Amino acid sequence: MSDILTPNLWHVLTRFTQARIGLGRAGTSLPTRPHLEFQFAHARARNAVHHPLDEQALRMALDTRGWRSFMMHSAAQDRATYLQRPDLGRIPSDASKAQLQAFSDARAECDISIVVVDGLSAFAIEQNALPVLDLLMPELTKQAFTVAPISIVRQGRVAIGDPIAKALGARLAVVLIGERPGLSSPDSMGIYITWAPQPGTNDAQRNCISNVRKDGLEYGEAIHKLMYLITEAFRRELSGVMLKDETAAAPQRLGRVGQNFLLE
Amino acid sequence: MPMYSHTVDHKVYRFQDLRDLLAKASPARSGDYLAGVAAADYEERVAAQMALAEVPLAQFLSETVIPYEQDEVTRLIIDRHDAEAFQPVAHLTVGDFRNWLLSDLATEATLARLAPGLTPEMAAAVSKIMRIQDLILVAKKCRVVTAFRTTVGLPGRLSTRLQPNHPTDDPAGVSASVVDGLMYGNGDAVIGINPATDNVNAVITLIQMLDAVIRRYEIPTQSCVLTHVTTSIEAINRGAPLDLVFQSIAGTEAANRSFGINLGILREGYEAARALGRGTVGQNVMYFETGQGSALSANAHQGVDQQTCEARAYAVAREFSPFLVNTVVGFIGPEYLYDGKQIIRAGLEDHFCGKLLGVPMGCDVCYTNHAEADQNDMDMLLTLLAVAGINFVMGIPGSDDVMLNYQTTSFHDALYVRKVLGSRPAPEFEAWLQRVGIFSGDAKILADKTPGIFLDSIRKLGV
Repeated sequence: MSDILTPNLWHVLTRFTQARIGLGRAGTSLPTRPHLEFQFAHARARNAVHHPLDEQALRMALDTRGWRSFMMHSAAQDRATYLQRPDLGRIPSDASKAQLQAFSDARAECDISIVVVDGLSAFAIEQNALPVLDLLMPELTKQAFTVAPISIVRQGRVAIGDPIAKALGARLAVVLIGERPGLSSPDSMGIYITWAPQPGTNDAQRNCISNVRKDGLEYGEAIHKLMYLITEAFRRELSGVMLKDETAAAPQRLGRVGQNFLLE
Repeated sequence: MPMYSHTVDHKVYRFQDLRDLLAKASPARSGDYLAGVAAADYEERVAAQMALAEVPLAQFLSETVIPYEQDEVTRLIIDRHDAEAFQPVAHLTVGDFRNWLLSDLATEATLARLAPGLTPEMAAAVSKIMRIQDLILVAKKCRVVTAFRTTVGLPGRLSTRLQPNHPTDDPAGVSASVVDGLMYGNGDAVIGINPATDNVNAVITLIQMLDAVIRRYEIPTQSCVLTHVTTSIEAINRGAPLDLVFQSIAGTEAANRSFGINLGILREGYEAARALGRGTVGQNVMYFETGQGSALSANAHQGVDQQTCEARAYAVAREFSPFLVNTVVGFIGPEYLYDGKQIIRAGLEDHFCGKLLGVPMGCDVCYTNHAEADQNDMDMLLTLLAVAGINFVMGIPGSDDVMLNYQTTSFHDALYVRKVLGSRPAPEFEAWLQRVGIFSGDAKILADKTPGIFLDSIRKLGV
């Protein structure tokens, strides 16, 4: 094989980065193995985008924990529409609107509405939503927050949490949503909090905790940040750019000239 | 009363104004549907193209798509228009102009003289009635050459931006990708990092690091940290060894405002970098990025279709004699360009319009995982752009940007183009590649033996 493939002696540098360096070459082209590994990673990310959320399984899991839930659908009928019309993913379908009207008419009130949305990766929700809720719900109970029934949304964007939380009379919305899958992170979940959610709220009025997954931001740390943001949002009655996440651990490791094998 | 109409088989198609006509004549793409400006059906689109073909080019000088009073990009386009350069085509309609461009009257020399006489809307209009082979044929006749420490855009050359992104800007992580890219002969357009933060100290650290690597290994290339223009100005004020000033730009004043810029701020950045005089073979100091859909995503398109907005961004670019202009064609997502077919056409339109207007176009041949596109689509666009004579493309390890989470062309991809089309890197960089033994002397392709240039540094790591 060594006659056909030219390995890269600098392959050892993979210790410094997850970038696909030192792949070697067949002629000057990508060898078969890294080529097919890339194809598999892309296939997994594509599946993540198109995999429909198994909402029944999720609802049953919530039921067994004694948490009430209900289903919503956005105005985007299918995946192709969803991908091309982000505006439709932000509003409920007519049927869901009617359901929300019933909540509004009942003049319910609560502190927090939790909205679980498939977003761009239902994988992310199926893998991460329950572990996060298992940690979050006891914390909310401990701090005596009242929580509305959990809504589960198909074909939704972040902003669909606004009309839902508004109809439930919630002072704050917590949206769990599947993020755009990366080649090495097909299951990344985002958590958004919005104070005084209502239709027309803009993204600068939200706080986001990103990359929540087993190999990303771990659940415990995500809950720590989330509880900080929720507590501060209630204390200061706001969210968004005015509310900074002060829980950040050490700032990102940033380079200095000299700490670099190329310059030593 | 509609200003434009066209009759086909007794059916009259009407269009409110030039803006409406341009939008409805635009080949189908999701962003124009999202904006609600696209043609209602297939026949209306072609009827609009027929109507557009009959519009005199001179009409574009009196009817603007965004009012002169409201938009500084429109004012730039109108105020900078060179009536004398426009003369050879001043009597033509859009349809005649397509014929003229395809004819042997349009040569490298006549097209270069014509560029200042064309407005972005004229370029966008004619592109809308051109097929892909037309976009390639005419772009290939246009030559835009720029220089800093390398000369980019010469005939038979294809340059690459080495993009060594790392999620935390870790210096060793960045350097690992730099080594990989250089060993594959990439990096003659620029070594350009998208930083993880806009923090000015972190940006300066990266600028210093790239400068140190370039000087230590005597690499004839330039560096860029792709941060906001105001951050680059601050870095220059603090003495950073900055080569190229970066900025994302768009084709409307309102979209540029959403980026936190205007023409005055760009002018400040341009003058600050020029004053450093760091180029050796030229002094083109700006690196701009653009992409169809950016104005709409800022809700700043003002009813103009996304391809016309994009062409207007090139008027902003050419005001500052840029070294590199990069259309990041598939990054924005499927709500603007849905699939490989739309991405491929958009990339070729952007390259054509940019080159026709005298802008040194490169392309980030790329896609995200929620677009209906894959590596095969990227191979097609890369090959077509290389045939069309694109100035530069991206080079990244294994096509996977681990910081921005999208896929672009790899170091290997550039070598594929070199093999099938014989495209060579910029001459200054090519000479260095041969001197240090990365390229073999004869075939201008990778040497069999691993060159020794970085091996000492790597061995010290204890291999």
